[in-house]
Amino acid sequence: MSHTTQVPHRRPAPGPSGAVPAEPPRARRRRPTSQQLAAWAFLAPVALYLALFYAYPLYRNVDLSLRDYTVRSFVQGDAPFTGLENYRKVFDDPAFGPALTHTIVFTAVCLVFQYAIGLALAVFFNQHFRLSATLRALFLVPWLLPLIVSASTWSWMLNSDSGIVNALLGAVGIGPVNWLTSPDWSLTSVIIANIWIGVPFNLVLLYSGLQSIPASLYEASALDGAGPWRRFWSITFPLLRPVSAITLLLGLVYTLKVFDIIWIMTKGGPADSSTTFATWSYRLGFGNLLPAFGPGAAVGNLLVVAALVFGLVYLRVQRKQAPA
Amino acid sequence: MNSPHRRRTGWQTALGLALTAVMLFPVYWMLNVSFTRDQDMRKSPPDLFPVHATLDGYRAVLDQQLPYLGTSLVVGLGTVVLTVALSAPAGYALAKLRPRGGGVIGFLLLVAQMIPGIIMAMGFYAIYLQLGLLQSVPGLILADSTLAVPFAVLIFTAFMSGIPGELLQAAQMDGAGPLRTFRSVVLPMSRNAVVTVSLFAFLWSWSDFVFAGTLVNGGAHEPITLGIYHYIGNNNQEWNAIMATAVVASLPATVILVLAQRYVAAGVTAGAVKD
Repeated sequence: MSHTTQVPHRRPAPGPSGAVPAEPPRARRRRPTSQQLAAWAFLAPVALYLALFYAYPLYRNVDLSLRDYTVRSFVQGDAPFTGLENYRKVFDDPAFGPALTHTIVFTAVCLVFQYAIGLALAVFFNQHFRLSATLRALFLVPWLLPLIVSASTWSWMLNSDSGIVNALLGAVGIGPVNWLTSPDWSLTSVIIANIWIGVPFNLVLLYSGLQSIPASLYEASALDGAGPWRRFWSITFPLLRPVSAITLLLGLVYTLKVFDIIWIMTKGGPADSSTTFATWSYRLGFGNLLPAFGPGAAVGNLLVVAALVFGLVYLRVQRKQAPA
Repeated sequence: MNSPHRRRTGWQTALGLALTAVMLFPVYWMLNVSFTRDQDMRKSPPDLFPVHATLDGYRAVLDQQLPYLGTSLVVGLGTVVLTVALSAPAGYALAKLRPRGGGVIGFLLLVAQMIPGIIMAMGFYAIYLQLGLLQSVPGLILADSTLAVPFAVLIFTAFMSGIPGELLQAAQMDGAGPLRTFRSVVLPMSRNAVVTVSLFAFLWSWSDFVFAGTLVNGGAHEPITLGIYHYIGNNNQEWNAIMATAVVASLPATVILVLAQRYVAAGVTAGAVKD
Protein backbone atom coordinates (compact mmCIF):
# COMPACT_ATOMS: atom_id res chain seq x y z
CA MET A 1 0.00 0.00 0.00
CA SER A 2 2.85 2.32 0.76
CA HIS A 3 5.66 3.29 -1.52
CA THR A 4 8.18 3.54 1.28
CA THR A 5 8.75 -0.15 1.80
CA GLN A 6 10.54 -1.00 -1.42
CA VAL A 7 14.19 -0.24 -0.72
CA PRO A 8 15.60 -3.53 0.43
CA HIS A 9 18.29 -4.19 -2.20
CA ARG A 10 21.13 -3.45 0.17
CA ARG A 11 21.10 -5.57 3.27
CA PRO A 12 23.55 -4.64 5.99
CA ALA A 13 26.39 -7.07 6.52
CA PRO A 14 25.90 -8.66 9.91
CA GLY A 15 29.60 -9.52 10.25
CA PRO A 16 31.20 -6.42 11.81
CA SER A 17 28.58 -6.10 14.50
CA GLY A 18 30.49 -8.32 16.87
CA ALA A 19 33.71 -6.41 16.36
CA VAL A 20 32.58 -3.04 17.67
CA PRO A 21 30.96 -3.64 21.02
CA ALA A 22 32.78 -0.78 22.72
CA GLU A 23 31.89 1.92 20.23
CA PRO A 24 28.19 2.61 20.73
CA PRO A 25 28.01 3.79 24.34
CA ARG A 26 30.77 6.34 23.93
CA ALA A 27 29.30 7.71 20.72
CA ARG A 28 25.94 8.03 22.41
CA ARG A 29 27.18 9.75 25.47
CA ARG A 30 28.90 12.44 23.47
CA ARG A 31 25.77 13.21 21.45
CA PRO A 32 27.66 14.86 18.61
CA THR A 33 25.96 17.87 17.08
CA SER A 34 25.79 16.23 13.69
CA GLN A 35 23.71 13.44 15.16
CA GLN A 36 21.45 15.94 16.87
CA LEU A 37 21.02 17.69 13.55
CA ALA A 38 20.15 14.42 11.85
CA ALA A 39 17.76 13.49 14.63
CA TRP A 40 15.90 16.75 14.36
CA ALA A 41 15.88 16.58 10.59
CA PHE A 42 13.91 13.35 10.95
CA LEU A 43 11.71 14.75 13.68
CA ALA A 44 11.11 18.21 12.22
CA PRO A 45 8.24 17.29 9.90
CA VAL A 46 6.19 15.89 12.75
CA ALA A 47 7.10 18.75 15.08
CA LEU A 48 6.00 21.22 12.43
CA TYR A 49 2.92 19.16 11.79
CA LEU A 50 2.00 19.18 15.48
CA ALA A 51 2.36 22.93 15.60
CA LEU A 52 0.38 23.57 12.42
CA PHE A 53 -2.37 20.99 12.69
CA TYR A 54 -2.85 20.56 16.42
CA ALA A 55 -1.58 23.63 18.21
CA TYR A 56 -2.89 26.11 15.69
CA PRO A 57 -6.44 24.71 15.37
CA LEU A 58 -6.56 24.53 19.16
CA TYR A 59 -5.37 28.11 19.37
CA ARG A 60 -7.98 29.16 16.82
CA ASN A 61 -10.59 27.43 18.90
CA VAL A 62 -9.55 29.27 22.05
CA ASP A 63 -9.57 32.50 20.07
CA LEU A 64 -13.06 31.72 18.75
CA SER A 65 -14.30 31.21 22.28
CA LEU A 66 -12.98 34.60 23.46
CA ARG A 67 -14.52 36.74 20.73
CA ASP A 68 -17.98 37.66 19.61
CA TYR A 69 -18.09 36.03 16.20
CA THR A 70 -20.79 36.40 13.63
CA VAL A 71 -20.76 34.84 10.18
CA ARG A 72 -19.46 38.13 8.79
CA SER A 73 -16.69 38.67 11.26
CA PHE A 74 -15.84 34.98 11.01
CA VAL A 75 -14.93 35.49 7.37
CA GLN A 76 -13.31 38.89 7.85
CA GLY A 77 -11.56 38.00 11.08
CA ASP A 78 -12.28 41.24 12.97
CA ALA A 79 -14.58 40.01 15.74
CA PRO A 80 -14.38 42.05 18.96
CA PHE A 81 -12.64 40.52 21.95
CA THR A 82 -15.18 39.77 24.66
CA GLY A 83 -13.18 37.83 27.23
CA LEU A 84 -15.09 35.10 28.99
CA GLU A 85 -18.47 36.34 27.80
CA ASN A 86 -19.06 33.21 25.69
CA TYR A 87 -18.30 30.96 28.64
CA ARG A 88 -20.73 32.93 30.81
CA LYS A 89 -23.36 32.55 28.10
CA VAL A 90 -22.76 28.83 28.02
CA PHE A 91 -22.97 28.40 31.80
CA ASP A 92 -26.19 30.43 31.95
CA ASP A 93 -27.75 28.53 29.09
CA PRO A 94 -30.63 26.33 30.32
CA ALA A 95 -29.16 23.57 28.14
CA PHE A 96 -25.96 23.49 30.21
CA GLY A 97 -27.25 21.45 33.15
CA PRO A 98 -28.89 18.72 31.08
CA ALA A 99 -25.90 18.51 28.73
CA LEU A 100 -23.57 18.07 31.69
CA THR A 101 -25.80 15.37 33.21
CA HIS A 102 -26.13 13.55 29.90
CA THR A 103 -22.38 13.66 29.33
CA ILE A 104 -21.71 12.19 32.77
CA VAL A 105 -24.45 9.55 32.55
CA PHE A 106 -23.48 8.59 29.01
CA THR A 107 -19.80 8.27 29.89
CA ALA A 108 -20.29 6.46 33.20
CA VAL A 109 -22.89 3.95 32.01
CA CYS A 110 -21.01 3.19 28.80
CA LEU A 111 -17.76 2.66 30.71
CA VAL A 112 -19.26 0.37 33.33
CA PHE A 113 -21.01 -1.87 30.82
CA GLN A 114 -18.21 -1.91 28.27
CA TYR A 115 -15.73 -2.85 30.95
CA ALA A 116 -17.89 -5.47 32.66
CA ILE A 117 -18.93 -7.14 29.40
CA GLY A 118 -15.42 -6.87 27.98
CA LEU A 119 -13.92 -8.45 31.10
CA ALA A 120 -16.46 -11.27 31.21
CA LEU A 121 -15.78 -12.04 27.55
CA ALA A 122 -12.01 -11.81 28.01
CA VAL A 123 -12.12 -14.33 30.87
CA PHE A 124 -14.41 -16.55 28.83
CA PHE A 125 -12.24 -16.47 25.71
CA ASN A 126 -9.12 -17.01 27.81
CA GLN A 127 -10.22 -20.61 28.31
CA HIS A 128 -9.03 -21.51 24.82
CA PHE A 129 -11.81 -23.76 23.60
CA ARG A 130 -12.31 -24.82 20.02
CA LEU A 131 -12.88 -21.85 17.71
CA SER A 132 -12.11 -19.39 20.53
CA ALA A 133 -9.50 -17.48 18.50
CA THR A 134 -11.82 -17.17 15.50
CA LEU A 135 -14.80 -16.04 17.54
CA ARG A 136 -12.66 -13.55 19.43
CA ALA A 137 -11.55 -12.08 16.12
CA LEU A 138 -15.18 -11.77 15.01
CA PHE A 139 -15.89 -9.73 18.12
CA LEU A 140 -13.67 -7.02 16.67
CA VAL A 141 -16.11 -6.34 13.86
CA PRO A 142 -18.26 -3.72 15.64
CA TRP A 143 -15.16 -1.75 16.53
CA LEU A 144 -13.82 -1.74 12.97
CA LEU A 145 -17.02 -0.71 11.22
CA PRO A 146 -17.36 2.95 10.30
CA LEU A 147 -19.38 4.67 13.01
CA ILE A 148 -21.93 5.88 10.50
CA VAL A 149 -22.58 2.26 9.51
CA SER A 150 -23.12 1.17 13.11
CA ALA A 151 -25.19 4.22 13.95
CA SER A 152 -27.50 3.94 10.97
CA THR A 153 -27.92 0.19 11.48
CA TRP A 154 -28.89 0.78 15.11
CA SER A 155 -31.23 3.58 14.04
CA TRP A 156 -33.14 1.21 11.83
CA MET A 157 -33.10 -1.62 14.38
CA LEU A 158 -34.53 0.75 16.99
CA ASN A 159 -37.12 2.25 14.65
CA SER A 160 -40.42 2.46 16.55
CA ASP A 161 -42.67 0.88 13.93
CA SER A 162 -40.48 -1.33 11.78
CA GLY A 163 -37.47 -2.01 13.96
CA ILE A 164 -36.45 -5.53 14.86
CA VAL A 165 -35.93 -4.62 18.53
CA ASN A 166 -39.54 -3.64 19.04
CA ALA A 167 -40.64 -6.70 17.04
CA LEU A 168 -38.65 -8.95 19.39
CA LEU A 169 -39.96 -7.13 22.47
CA GLY A 170 -43.49 -7.46 21.10
CA ALA A 171 -42.98 -11.19 20.72
CA VAL A 172 -42.43 -11.49 24.49
CA GLY A 173 -45.33 -9.17 25.24
CA ILE A 174 -43.58 -5.87 25.87
CA GLY A 175 -45.21 -2.90 24.21
CA PRO A 176 -43.42 -0.85 21.58
CA VAL A 177 -40.79 1.56 22.88
CA ASN A 178 -40.12 4.81 21.04
CA TRP A 179 -36.38 4.37 21.30
CA LEU A 180 -35.24 7.34 19.29
CA THR A 181 -38.28 9.59 19.31
CA SER A 182 -39.13 9.63 23.00
CA PRO A 183 -37.13 11.92 25.31
CA ASP A 184 -37.24 9.18 27.97
CA TRP A 185 -35.42 6.65 25.81
CA SER A 186 -33.14 8.49 23.42
CA LEU A 187 -30.17 8.61 25.80
CA THR A 188 -30.60 4.91 26.59
CA SER A 189 -30.62 4.12 22.87
CA VAL A 190 -27.37 5.90 22.09
CA ILE A 191 -25.80 4.34 25.20
CA ILE A 192 -26.75 0.84 24.00
CA ALA A 193 -25.26 1.47 20.57
CA ASN A 194 -22.08 2.92 22.04
CA ILE A 195 -21.62 0.03 24.46
CA TRP A 196 -21.90 -2.33 21.51
CA ILE A 197 -19.15 -0.42 19.71
CA GLY A 198 -16.87 -0.21 22.76
CA VAL A 199 -16.96 -3.82 23.98
CA PRO A 200 -14.38 -5.11 21.46
CA PHE A 201 -11.80 -2.53 22.52
CA ASN A 202 -12.18 -3.54 26.17
CA LEU A 203 -12.12 -7.21 25.23
CA VAL A 204 -8.86 -6.93 23.30
CA LEU A 205 -7.04 -4.92 25.98
CA LEU A 206 -8.25 -7.03 28.90
CA TYR A 207 -7.58 -10.25 27.03
CA SER A 208 -4.00 -9.19 26.41
CA GLY A 209 -3.77 -8.39 30.12
CA LEU A 210 -5.00 -11.87 31.03
CA GLN A 211 -2.28 -13.40 28.85
CA SER A 212 0.37 -12.04 31.19
CA ILE A 213 -1.05 -13.68 34.31
CA PRO A 214 1.01 -16.84 34.86
CA ALA A 215 -1.01 -20.05 34.56
CA SER A 216 0.90 -21.51 37.52
CA LEU A 217 -0.98 -19.17 39.85
CA TYR A 218 -4.27 -20.69 38.76
CA GLU A 219 -2.93 -24.19 39.05
CA ALA A 220 -1.67 -23.53 42.57
CA SER A 221 -4.98 -22.09 43.74
CA ALA A 222 -6.89 -24.90 42.05
CA LEU A 223 -4.80 -27.31 44.11
CA ASP A 224 -5.78 -25.30 47.18
CA GLY A 225 -9.38 -25.98 46.25
CA ALA A 226 -10.39 -22.51 45.08
CA GLY A 227 -13.38 -22.52 42.74
CA PRO A 228 -13.54 -20.49 39.54
CA TRP A 229 -15.41 -17.61 41.20
CA ARG A 230 -12.89 -17.43 44.00
CA ARG A 231 -10.00 -17.66 41.52
CA PHE A 232 -11.40 -14.75 39.57
CA TRP A 233 -11.71 -12.46 42.58
CA SER A 234 -8.45 -13.41 44.29
CA ILE A 235 -6.16 -13.75 41.25
CA THR A 236 -7.55 -12.46 37.98
CA PHE A 237 -9.15 -9.26 39.14
CA PRO A 238 -6.33 -7.98 41.40
CA LEU A 239 -3.58 -8.88 38.91
CA LEU A 240 -5.53 -7.23 36.13
CA ARG A 241 -5.77 -3.94 38.01
CA PRO A 242 -3.06 -2.10 36.04
CA VAL A 243 -4.53 -3.10 32.68
CA SER A 244 -8.02 -2.31 33.97
CA ALA A 245 -6.92 1.19 34.98
CA ILE A 246 -5.45 1.83 31.55
CA THR A 247 -8.51 0.43 29.79
CA LEU A 248 -10.95 2.47 31.83
CA LEU A 249 -9.03 5.72 31.57
CA LEU A 250 -8.54 5.36 27.84
CA GLY A 251 -12.21 4.46 27.53
CA LEU A 252 -13.08 7.54 29.54
CA VAL A 253 -11.13 9.83 27.24
CA TYR A 254 -12.67 8.22 24.16
CA THR A 255 -16.23 8.16 25.50
CA LEU A 256 -16.17 11.80 26.57
CA LYS A 257 -15.67 12.83 22.98
CA VAL A 258 -18.18 10.49 21.35
CA PHE A 259 -20.02 12.53 18.80
CA ASP A 260 -20.79 10.58 15.63
CA ILE A 261 -23.10 7.99 17.17
CA ILE A 262 -25.28 10.46 18.99
CA TRP A 263 -25.42 12.95 16.16
CA ILE A 264 -26.33 10.35 13.55
CA MET A 265 -28.89 8.53 15.70
CA THR A 266 -30.71 11.39 17.44
CA LYS A 267 -28.92 14.68 16.66
CA GLY A 268 -28.98 15.11 20.46
CA GLY A 269 -32.78 15.17 20.50
CA PRO A 270 -35.62 14.94 20.88
CA ALA A 271 -35.76 18.16 22.89
CA ASP A 272 -32.06 17.88 23.84
CA SER A 273 -32.74 14.64 25.73
CA SER A 274 -29.55 13.05 24.40
CA THR A 275 -27.42 16.16 24.03
CA THR A 276 -23.90 15.85 25.41
CA PHE A 277 -21.16 18.47 25.38
CA ALA A 278 -19.81 17.06 22.13
CA THR A 279 -23.09 17.29 20.21
CA TRP A 280 -24.02 20.58 21.86
CA SER A 281 -20.74 22.15 20.80
CA TYR A 282 -21.23 20.94 17.24
CA ARG A 283 -24.82 22.13 17.08
CA LEU A 284 -23.88 25.58 18.30
CA GLY A 285 -21.11 25.86 15.75
CA PHE A 286 -22.53 24.07 12.72
CA GLY A 287 -26.03 22.80 13.37
CA ASN A 288 -28.00 26.02 13.00
CA LEU A 289 -28.56 28.42 10.17
CA LEU A 290 -27.03 31.14 12.33
CA PRO A 291 -23.92 29.56 13.76
CA ALA A 292 -22.79 30.56 17.24
CA PHE A 293 -19.10 29.88 16.75
CA GLY A 294 -18.07 31.55 20.00
CA PRO A 295 -20.25 29.57 22.42
CA GLY A 296 -19.69 26.43 20.36
CA ALA A 297 -15.94 26.79 20.75
CA ALA A 298 -16.40 27.54 24.46
CA VAL A 299 -18.29 24.28 25.02
CA GLY A 300 -15.68 22.48 22.97
CA ASN A 301 -12.89 23.90 25.10
CA LEU A 302 -14.57 22.69 28.28
CA LEU A 303 -14.54 19.25 26.69
CA VAL A 304 -10.86 19.59 25.81
CA VAL A 305 -10.04 20.48 29.40
CA ALA A 306 -11.95 17.46 30.71
CA ALA A 307 -10.31 15.14 28.16
CA LEU A 308 -6.85 16.51 28.96
CA VAL A 309 -7.30 16.16 32.72
CA PHE A 310 -8.21 12.49 32.39
CA GLY A 311 -5.62 12.08 29.67
CA LEU A 312 -2.89 13.30 31.99
CA VAL A 313 -4.12 10.96 34.74
CA TYR A 314 -3.88 8.17 32.17
CA LEU A 315 -0.31 9.11 31.27
CA ARG A 316 0.64 9.19 34.94
CA VAL A 317 -0.82 5.76 35.58
CA GLN A 318 0.83 4.39 32.44
CA ARG A 319 4.21 5.84 33.36
CA LYS A 320 3.99 4.45 36.89
CA GLN A 321 3.36 1.01 35.43
CA ALA A 322 6.07 1.15 32.81
CA PRO A 323 9.08 0.36 35.02
CA ALA A 324 7.27 -2.41 36.87
CA MET B 1 -5.07 -24.61 30.70
CA ASN B 2 -7.86 -26.72 29.31
CA SER B 3 -6.25 -30.08 29.93
CA PRO B 4 -8.34 -31.23 32.91
CA HIS B 5 -11.55 -30.01 31.34
CA ARG B 6 -11.36 -31.30 27.83
CA ARG B 7 -14.96 -32.45 27.93
CA ARG B 8 -16.21 -29.01 28.83
CA THR B 9 -14.98 -27.32 25.69
CA GLY B 10 -18.06 -28.48 23.81
CA TRP B 11 -20.46 -26.27 25.69
CA GLN B 12 -17.92 -23.47 25.75
CA THR B 13 -17.78 -23.47 21.97
CA ALA B 14 -21.57 -23.50 21.85
CA LEU B 15 -21.78 -20.58 24.27
CA GLY B 16 -19.07 -18.76 22.33
CA LEU B 17 -21.01 -19.20 19.11
CA ALA B 18 -24.19 -17.94 20.76
CA LEU B 19 -22.44 -14.86 22.19
CA THR B 20 -20.83 -14.10 18.85
CA ALA B 21 -24.21 -14.43 17.15
CA VAL B 22 -25.74 -11.92 19.57
CA MET B 23 -22.82 -9.54 19.15
CA LEU B 24 -22.88 -9.72 15.37
CA PHE B 25 -26.66 -9.58 15.08
CA PRO B 26 -26.66 -5.90 14.02
CA VAL B 27 -24.22 -6.77 11.24
CA TYR B 28 -26.49 -9.58 10.11
CA TRP B 29 -29.45 -7.25 10.28
CA MET B 30 -27.68 -4.71 8.10
CA LEU B 31 -27.16 -7.47 5.50
CA ASN B 32 -30.73 -8.69 5.84
CA VAL B 33 -32.24 -5.24 5.37
CA SER B 34 -29.95 -4.51 2.43
CA PHE B 35 -31.64 -7.41 0.57
CA THR B 36 -35.20 -6.57 1.62
CA ARG B 37 -37.74 -5.37 -0.95
CA ASP B 38 -39.27 -1.91 -0.53
CA GLN B 39 -42.75 -3.31 0.04
CA ASP B 40 -41.50 -5.59 2.84
CA MET B 41 -39.58 -2.83 4.61
CA ARG B 42 -42.47 -1.75 6.84
CA LYS B 43 -43.74 -5.26 7.44
CA SER B 44 -44.47 -6.06 11.08
CA PRO B 45 -42.88 -8.22 12.31
CA PRO B 46 -39.99 -7.90 9.86
CA ASP B 47 -38.73 -10.96 8.00
CA LEU B 48 -35.83 -12.52 9.87
CA PHE B 49 -34.36 -13.80 6.62
CA PRO B 50 -34.30 -12.15 3.21
CA VAL B 51 -36.96 -14.51 1.83
CA HIS B 52 -37.73 -12.30 -1.16
CA ALA B 53 -34.19 -11.08 -1.61
CA THR B 54 -33.69 -8.23 -4.01
CA LEU B 55 -30.58 -6.50 -5.29
CA ASP B 56 -32.35 -3.15 -5.70
CA GLY B 57 -30.39 -1.69 -2.82
CA TYR B 58 -27.07 -2.64 -4.39
CA ARG B 59 -28.23 -1.32 -7.76
CA ALA B 60 -28.85 2.00 -6.05
CA VAL B 61 -25.32 1.89 -4.64
CA LEU B 62 -23.89 1.33 -8.12
CA ASP B 63 -26.02 4.14 -9.54
CA GLN B 64 -25.48 6.76 -6.87
CA GLN B 65 -22.64 5.97 -4.52
CA LEU B 66 -19.65 5.16 -6.74
CA PRO B 67 -18.30 8.74 -6.74
CA TYR B 68 -18.47 8.80 -2.93
CA LEU B 69 -16.63 5.49 -2.73
CA GLY B 70 -14.00 6.79 -5.13
CA THR B 71 -13.43 9.88 -3.00
CA SER B 72 -13.12 7.76 0.12
CA LEU B 73 -10.57 5.54 -1.56
CA VAL B 74 -8.46 8.51 -2.71
CA VAL B 75 -8.69 10.19 0.68
CA GLY B 76 -7.85 6.95 2.46
CA LEU B 77 -4.78 6.24 0.33
CA GLY B 78 -3.66 9.86 0.59
CA THR B 79 -3.96 9.69 4.37
CA VAL B 80 -1.90 6.49 4.44
CA VAL B 81 0.92 7.99 2.36
CA LEU B 82 0.99 11.23 4.34
CA THR B 83 0.84 9.42 7.69
CA VAL B 84 3.63 6.97 6.91
CA ALA B 85 5.82 9.65 5.33
CA LEU B 86 5.51 11.85 8.41
CA SER B 87 5.64 9.30 11.19
CA ALA B 88 8.20 6.73 10.09
CA PRO B 89 11.12 9.23 10.18
CA ALA B 90 9.85 10.64 13.46
CA GLY B 91 9.62 7.16 14.95
CA TYR B 92 13.19 6.47 13.83
CA ALA B 93 14.45 9.69 15.40
CA LEU B 94 12.63 9.07 18.69
CA ALA B 95 13.66 5.42 18.87
CA LYS B 96 17.27 5.56 17.75
CA LEU B 97 18.70 9.06 17.37
CA ARG B 98 17.94 10.46 20.83
CA PRO B 99 17.10 14.03 19.84
CA ARG B 100 17.18 16.61 22.60
CA GLY B 101 13.59 17.47 23.43
CA GLY B 102 12.34 14.26 21.88
CA GLY B 103 10.56 13.41 25.12
CA VAL B 104 8.48 16.57 24.81
CA ILE B 105 7.42 15.64 21.29
CA GLY B 106 6.49 12.15 22.43
CA PHE B 107 4.45 13.61 25.26
CA LEU B 108 2.69 16.09 22.97
CA LEU B 109 1.81 13.26 20.61
CA LEU B 110 0.15 11.35 23.43
CA VAL B 111 -1.79 14.42 24.49
CA ALA B 112 -2.77 15.18 20.90
CA GLN B 113 -4.65 11.88 20.73
CA MET B 114 -6.95 13.04 23.48
CA ILE B 115 -8.29 16.17 21.81
CA PRO B 116 -11.89 15.58 20.71
CA GLY B 117 -12.38 15.44 16.95
CA ILE B 118 -15.07 18.11 16.81
CA ILE B 119 -12.72 20.63 18.42
CA MET B 120 -10.09 19.91 15.78
CA ALA B 121 -12.80 20.15 13.14
CA MET B 122 -13.85 23.61 14.30
CA GLY B 123 -10.25 24.81 14.28
CA PHE B 124 -9.67 23.34 10.81
CA TYR B 125 -12.88 24.95 9.59
CA ALA B 126 -11.75 28.39 10.69
CA ILE B 127 -8.33 27.91 9.08
CA TYR B 128 -9.59 26.35 5.85
CA LEU B 129 -12.13 29.11 5.42
CA GLN B 130 -9.29 31.60 5.24
CA LEU B 131 -7.05 29.44 3.08
CA GLY B 132 -9.85 28.44 0.71
CA LEU B 133 -9.26 24.76 1.47
CA LEU B 134 -12.86 23.97 2.38
CA GLN B 135 -14.46 21.27 0.23
CA SER B 136 -11.10 20.15 -1.14
CA VAL B 137 -9.73 16.62 -1.15
CA PRO B 138 -6.19 17.59 -0.01
CA GLY B 139 -7.71 19.51 2.87
CA LEU B 140 -9.67 16.47 3.97
CA ILE B 141 -6.60 14.23 3.66
CA LEU B 142 -4.63 16.62 5.85
CA ALA B 143 -7.37 16.73 8.47
CA ASP B 144 -7.89 12.96 8.41
CA SER B 145 -4.19 12.37 8.89
CA THR B 146 -4.43 13.98 12.34
CA LEU B 147 -6.51 10.94 13.33
CA ALA B 148 -3.58 8.64 12.65
CA VAL B 149 -0.27 10.49 12.96
CA PRO B 150 0.14 10.43 16.78
CA PHE B 151 -0.75 6.75 16.93
CA ALA B 152 1.54 6.04 13.98
CA VAL B 153 4.55 7.73 15.59
CA LEU B 154 3.96 5.70 18.75
CA ILE B 155 3.82 2.45 16.78
CA PHE B 156 6.93 3.26 14.76
CA THR B 157 8.85 4.34 17.86
CA ALA B 158 7.93 1.18 19.73
CA PHE B 159 8.75 -1.02 16.76
CA MET B 160 12.02 0.66 15.77
CA SER B 161 13.28 0.55 19.36
CA GLY B 162 13.44 -3.19 18.85
CA ILE B 163 15.86 -2.98 15.92
CA PRO B 164 19.30 -3.97 17.22
CA GLY B 165 21.68 -1.03 17.46
CA GLU B 166 24.51 -3.13 16.05
CA LEU B 167 22.78 -3.26 12.70
CA LEU B 168 22.64 0.51 12.53
CA GLN B 169 26.26 0.77 13.63
CA ALA B 170 27.22 -1.70 10.94
CA ALA B 171 25.50 0.42 8.32
CA GLN B 172 27.31 3.46 9.66
CA MET B 173 30.66 1.65 9.45
CA ASP B 174 29.87 0.94 5.82
CA GLY B 175 29.65 4.67 5.34
CA ALA B 176 25.88 5.06 5.31
CA GLY B 177 24.57 8.36 6.64
CA PRO B 178 21.41 8.57 8.77
CA LEU B 179 19.18 8.96 5.72
CA ARG B 180 20.74 6.01 3.97
CA THR B 181 20.53 3.91 7.15
CA PHE B 182 16.90 4.83 7.51
CA ARG B 183 15.99 3.95 3.95
CA SER B 184 18.05 0.82 3.53
CA VAL B 185 18.00 -0.73 7.00
CA VAL B 186 15.33 0.70 9.26
CA LEU B 187 12.41 0.96 6.86
CA PRO B 188 12.75 -2.50 5.33
CA MET B 189 12.96 -3.98 8.80
CA SER B 190 9.85 -2.10 9.92
CA ARG B 191 7.52 -3.63 7.37
CA ASN B 192 5.11 -4.88 10.03
CA ALA B 193 4.85 -1.46 11.59
CA VAL B 194 4.25 0.09 8.17
CA VAL B 195 1.45 -2.41 7.55
CA THR B 196 -0.18 -1.79 10.95
CA VAL B 197 0.00 1.98 10.57
CA SER B 198 -1.28 1.89 7.00
CA LEU B 199 -4.24 -0.30 7.96
CA PHE B 200 -5.34 1.96 10.76
CA ALA B 201 -4.71 5.18 8.86
CA PHE B 202 -6.80 3.89 5.98
CA LEU B 203 -9.58 2.58 8.19
CA TRP B 204 -9.84 5.75 10.27
CA SER B 205 -9.88 8.05 7.30
CA TRP B 206 -12.37 5.80 5.49
CA SER B 207 -14.64 5.89 8.55
CA ASP B 208 -14.22 9.57 9.32
CA PHE B 209 -17.47 11.45 9.60
CA VAL B 210 -16.63 14.50 11.72
CA PHE B 211 -14.06 16.08 9.41
CA ALA B 212 -16.02 15.13 6.31
CA GLY B 213 -19.21 16.61 7.75
CA THR B 214 -17.57 19.91 8.65
CA LEU B 215 -14.92 20.40 5.97
CA VAL B 216 -16.27 18.97 2.69
CA ASN B 217 -20.02 18.88 3.28
CA GLY B 218 -21.85 19.97 0.15
CA GLY B 219 -18.70 19.96 -1.96
CA ALA B 220 -18.04 18.19 -5.23
CA HIS B 221 -16.03 15.40 -3.59
CA GLU B 222 -17.70 13.85 -0.58
CA PRO B 223 -16.65 10.56 1.01
CA ILE B 224 -18.91 7.56 1.51
CA THR B 225 -19.70 8.43 5.13
CA LEU B 226 -21.43 11.58 3.87
CA GLY B 227 -23.08 9.56 1.13
CA ILE B 228 -24.79 7.45 3.79
CA TYR B 229 -25.52 10.48 5.94
CA HIS B 230 -27.28 12.32 3.11
CA TYR B 231 -29.30 9.18 2.44
CA ILE B 232 -30.56 9.14 6.02
CA GLY B 233 -30.93 12.89 6.25
CA ASN B 234 -33.17 13.15 3.20
CA ASN B 235 -35.77 11.17 5.08
CA ASN B 236 -35.11 8.51 2.57
CA GLN B 237 -37.29 5.51 3.18
CA GLU B 238 -35.25 3.19 0.98
CA TRP B 239 -33.52 1.50 3.83
CA ASN B 240 -32.38 -1.32 1.57
CA ALA B 241 -30.29 1.20 -0.35
CA ILE B 242 -28.99 2.78 2.86
CA MET B 243 -28.03 -0.58 4.32
CA ALA B 244 -26.54 -1.75 1.03
CA THR B 245 -24.33 1.34 1.07
CA ALA B 246 -23.44 0.55 4.68
CA VAL B 247 -22.48 -2.99 3.68
CA VAL B 248 -20.24 -1.69 0.91
CA ALA B 249 -18.75 0.89 3.28
CA SER B 250 -17.93 -1.94 5.69
CA LEU B 251 -15.95 -3.91 3.12
CA PRO B 252 -12.52 -2.43 3.92
CA ALA B 253 -12.97 -3.25 7.61
CA THR B 254 -14.00 -6.80 6.73
CA VAL B 255 -11.13 -7.33 4.32
CA ILE B 256 -8.68 -5.99 6.86
CA LEU B 257 -10.07 -8.22 9.59
CA VAL B 258 -9.84 -11.31 7.43
CA LEU B 259 -6.42 -10.64 5.93
CA ALA B 260 -4.63 -8.83 8.72
CA GLN B 261 -6.26 -9.66 12.01
CA ARG B 262 -3.00 -9.98 13.89
CA TYR B 263 -1.98 -6.46 12.89
CA VAL B 264 -5.29 -5.11 14.16
CA ALA B 265 -5.00 -6.72 17.58
CA ALA B 266 -1.35 -5.65 17.77
CA GLY B 267 -2.34 -2.09 16.98
CA VAL B 268 -5.09 -1.92 19.58
CA THR B 269 -2.82 -3.22 22.31
CA ALA B 270 0.27 -1.29 21.30
CA GLY B 271 -1.64 1.97 21.42
CA ALA B 272 -2.69 1.50 25.00
CA VAL B 273 -0.67 -0.89 27.11
CA LYS B 274 2.89 0.17 27.82
CA ASP B 275 4.82 0.29 24.61
